[in-house]
Amino acid sequence: MPERKFSNKHIISMRDLSREDMIYLLDIAEGIHDGSIKPDMAGKIAALLFFEPSTRTCFSFESAMKRLGGETLLMKGTGSTSVQKGESFADTLKTIERYSDIIVIRTAVEGAARFASEIIGLPVVNAGDGANQHPTQALLDLYSIRKTQGTLENLKIGLVGDLRFGRTVHSLSQALAGFNPEFYFISPSHLVMPEHIKSGLRSLGVNFTELQSVEEVVSELDIMYVTRIQKERFADPEEYEKLKGSYVINLETIRNAKENMKILHPLPRVDEIAEEVDASPHAYYFEQAENGVYTRQAILSILTGGISK
Amino acid sequence: MKQLKVDAIKNGTVIDHIPGGKAVQVLKILNGKAAGDPVSIGMNLPSAKFGKKDIVKIENHELSVDDVNRIALIAPTATITIIRDYETSEKWKVEIPEVIENIAHCPNPNCITNTERIPTRFDVLSDGGPGFMCRYCEKVYEAEGLKIKVG
Repeated sequence: MPERKFSNKHIISMRDLSREDMIYLLDIAEGIHDGSIKPDMAGKIAALLFFEPSTRTCFSFESAMKRLGGETLLMKGTGSTSVQKGESFADTLKTIERYSDIIVIRTAVEGAARFASEIIGLPVVNAGDGANQHPTQALLDLYSIRKTQGTLENLKIGLVGDLRFGRTVHSLSQALAGFNPEFYFISPSHLVMPEHIKSGLRSLGVNFTELQSVEEVVSELDIMYVTRIQKERFADPEEYEKLKGSYVINLETIRNAKENMKILHPLPRVDEIAEEVDASPHAYYFEQAENGVYTRQAILSILTGGISK
Repeated sequence: MKQLKVDAIKNGTVIDHIPGGKAVQVLKILNGKAAGDPVSIGMNLPSAKFGKKDIVKIENHELSVDDVNRIALIAPTATITIIRDYETSEKWKVEIPEVIENIAHCPNPNCITNTERIPTRFDVLSDGGPGFMCRYCEKVYEAEGLKIKVG
């Protein structure tokens, strides 16, 4: 069992997690994955409050809890709840707090998970708050990167697609910043990484290069993290049609990739990675989704004390 | 230095070196804090350091630290002088605090502070230029982008 080094009661934002916190959490996830750590969650209940639609994140939290012997209370949307009757978010939380041991929240309102952590006594996990943070996705991405590369240090990482609106690439770039990465930000010119993320990275001395084509750097990369470019982000549909092909990863795109290069994607995929890539040794996105279960098992058990005893 | 045409006060607070044109905003921030007290304003006065500056004198009212924090957001160059019996009793420069609490609205309409009745909180970022990060939605704004709460 790794020495306990986790200083947070909640998981709200990657900004809150130290390097030691991340490594400890990944070590626990790895132990759960290989069977050497078996958290006991029997009798524990996780309330999963999904005010916003989600398939993968919600199911993987449910799967994580149930496979450890715990139970879940699941709320999807607000249709069947008193929120629709006009109950405040705060009152909803203060009530559900009485029924569970940990609360997992997905909402479109940014900062909602932080607010929840301030008004209730239970551990709170942010399962995505609007365009802000999605820390459990960032942690499972880190886990997948370390699992495939054997380290998080000194890696060359290409982030591809919609870097402007994609919260997963924001959280991931912040999470990796302490591990001396070399970033390549590959996106259409109007979907580049936001300035506040870039200035944060600059202040930490992180090197990054911005470019518009994957082919330019594919042979350099250890990790290619692909995100979807959504049609609705383009004011001009013709511009979308013209550009979308440049960001489709197929076998030809990765012809010169290094042997260790792995392709990650937060899913759902639409057409940004051709299906022919799925059988390639570089494809890792479905394993990545599976890793979400181990990572969330680590999160749930660390925060509820299911692991420290 | 040329004498400014704003009368001396017996007791109260002088806020000097406010960036030119910001005096009205400063008063707006302090709205209600000096209710009924005489207030003198000088605007766009010549300043060797800033080109133009504003000055506000509030009689019979000594600013609190909270008031000063509010002012720091829009007038980080301001100096505060507390006057007692025509003499300078205390003088200090405004300093931007590490945290700005419940002084400005978060401009992000999707931020929880705009959907629930909760105080706002901005952490002042030290890296790079002046930036204020909302504790909740984590968006970063410059001072000009923040809407100051009144009263």
